[in-house]
Amino acid sequence: MTFSQFLAMGGFAFYVWSAYGFAAFVVLVNTVQPIIHSRKVWRTLRRDLDRAEEEE
Amino acid sequence: MGEFGGFAGVSRLIKFIHKYGAPKRFYRLAGRLVPWFAGVTALLFVVGLYLGLYWAPPDYQQGDAYRIMFVHVPNAWMSMMAYVIMASFAATGYIWNVRLADMLAKATAPLGASFTLTALVTGSLWGKPMWGTWWVWDARLTSELILFFLYVGYMALQASIDDPRRAAHASAILAIVGVVNIPIIHYSVYWWHTLHQPASLTLTSQPKIYITMLIPLIVMSFAFMFFYFTMLLVRVRSEILVREQRTDWVRKLVGSKQ
Repeated sequence: MTFSQFLAMGGFAFYVWSAYGFAAFVVLVNTVQPIIHSRKVWRTLRRDLDRAEEEE
Repeated sequence: MGEFGGFAGVSRLIKFIHKYGAPKRFYRLAGRLVPWFAGVTALLFVVGLYLGLYWAPPDYQQGDAYRIMFVHVPNAWMSMMAYVIMASFAATGYIWNVRLADMLAKATAPLGASFTLTALVTGSLWGKPMWGTWWVWDARLTSELILFFLYVGYMALQASIDDPRRAAHASAILAIVGVVNIPIIHYSVYWWHTLHQPASLTLTSQPKIYITMLIPLIVMSFAFMFFYFTMLLVRVRSEILVREQRTDWVRKLVGSKQ
């Protein structure tokens, strides 16, 4: 099987690759978003702690 | 004896929940588990994609279009499994006031919604070449769409109430009532006439698909399951920090990482 045959997916290329592409996109978003959120949480908590220490 | 055994079991379970249900302890445990779960997830995805897209031969009826099954079915399974897990955590949090269970329920919702959306979209992309239509309002497809709205409703309710405890209580009721939809999804293909095919794989009978299709399907299912566990742990760690930010241990932790 050649690479172009593999990509053609027996004529169903659009449907197969769209399905896998969408699933990959959702997995990617679900991986990146929680990591960004976690960094944001850490930034906020550090800032709050700094402020609390300044007040003391 | 039986009753006593049951009682001892329950008290052991409660002890276990109290030991690992403490957010502080779970935060550390989750932190240690995340890299391992992420590694297993990545490995399963690589193997599953190779087996599903390349190793498995084309279907004699559907050609290569059937390969959509390897992303569609695992996401559909996970959409239902995540809902049952979410409702169980929500109920645990509601009944026994376990804060960690509330957090785990909240962290499951966006992942479950993602699985549901992927199942719907990939199903549509499979339906078009096989049934000749992107969508039909039949029992299986409609009940899966309702599942998506249940997740979205749960998240909207969580977001609309500021007090975390009240948010958890209100949304727990929605989650628990929504469980009724799960058997409807499962049995919809038997109860109503539908375009959707019945399950290819059940626990009680011989699989209705070839072993060459079964192996990639199982590997991809475990890949999405481990993906769920990994991201649940990552999400719940952030949630723990936010909810426990006024406690000594979080202050010390944040202070030690300046």
